[in-house]
Amino acid sequence: MTEAMTAPIAANLFIDLSLVTMLVLVAFAMLRSRQLFAVVMLSGIYSLLSASFFVSLDAVDVAFTEAAVGAGISTILMLGGMLLTARQEKAHAPKRAPIAFVVVLLVGAALIYASFDFPAYGDRYAPANNSIGQEYVERTPKEIGVPNIVTAVLAAYRGFDTMGETTVIFTAGLAVILLLGVGSARGGRAVRDRNAPPPTREE
Amino acid sequence: MDHLILRILVKMMFAPILLFALYVQFHGDFGPGGGFQAGVIFAVAFILHALCFGLEETKKVMPQRILYVFMVVGLLFYTGTGFLTLLLGANLLDYEAIVPGSAHHAGQHYGIMLVEFGVGTCVFATMLTIFYHFAGREPEIGNEDW
Repeated sequence: MTEAMTAPIAANLFIDLSLVTMLVLVAFAMLRSRQLFAVVMLSGIYSLLSASFFVSLDAVDVAFTEAAVGAGISTILMLGGMLLTARQEKAHAPKRAPIAFVVVLLVGAALIYASFDFPAYGDRYAPANNSIGQEYVERTPKEIGVPNIVTAVLAAYRGFDTMGETTVIFTAGLAVILLLGVGSARGGRAVRDRNAPPPTREE
Repeated sequence: MDHLILRILVKMMFAPILLFALYVQFHGDFGPGGGFQAGVIFAVAFILHALCFGLEETKKVMPQRILYVFMVVGLLFYTGTGFLTLLLGANLLDYEAIVPGSAHHAGQHYGIMLVEFGVGTCVFATMLTIFYHFAGREPEIGNEDW
């Protein structure tokens, strides 16, 4: 391998490693924090970091979705949910359970051991790159004629799946309307349960 | 909210965000993106508006009543495209039947555009509806309440 080829690979490795390190750090910060506002913000940062990681893995479509949904919408919805419930996690004294620690260590070791059998990243003989994936890459220009193969798979080859996914989104919206939206259809004003205690916050 | 800089920034960014969402929607065939992402970005513009100007103002711009219609219309656009191909004598969602015998797959392009439009409309309306319902339960919150 020549010098010109190793330099970008080393840069990629450095970027990947620093992104993964930051992901782990953010995850630990989320575990430690009791302030739910901080946890929600950290989860947005986590999504943004994983979106960058997906970009570095050349999965731009996934990265786009992660940035829009994970870092955007879900952060906002978590904030809304936090306003409806509590701002702070209840303090609790964690009990030390050695058996749990042993189980976690064993499962972690087993997962790491299993990861040795994975094909290397970008291996052209990996099963994921051979059977159906190769088929899509070869057939999309002939059968669909769309430059973005992800769109071709999503909307044409797996169109029925995407129809189901759209229905899932629709159903989720319907469930939220049924659970939270009493009265909103008519007036759109905030509604309080008659049995609930009055709001304690001073306006 | 009475922050002048925030208000002006949101006013400046509102239209470009909508434009970017439309670009993502109709450029999904050629680059990353598609209906789902476009719908989310479109909804985010209105959420930004609501965060800055308050929920009541946003509901004047985009009333909940219209969003209910959009939710259903989006889903019907998708299933309707499926039924269109059925009526044209092909399999469900076999877009080739929309423009039969086209050398450069015009039917596929039309079909993908139709279903992506359905996905975008449904996702936009659903996301904004969920936000409205979460945010509409609480009275407006002050700056210090966080």
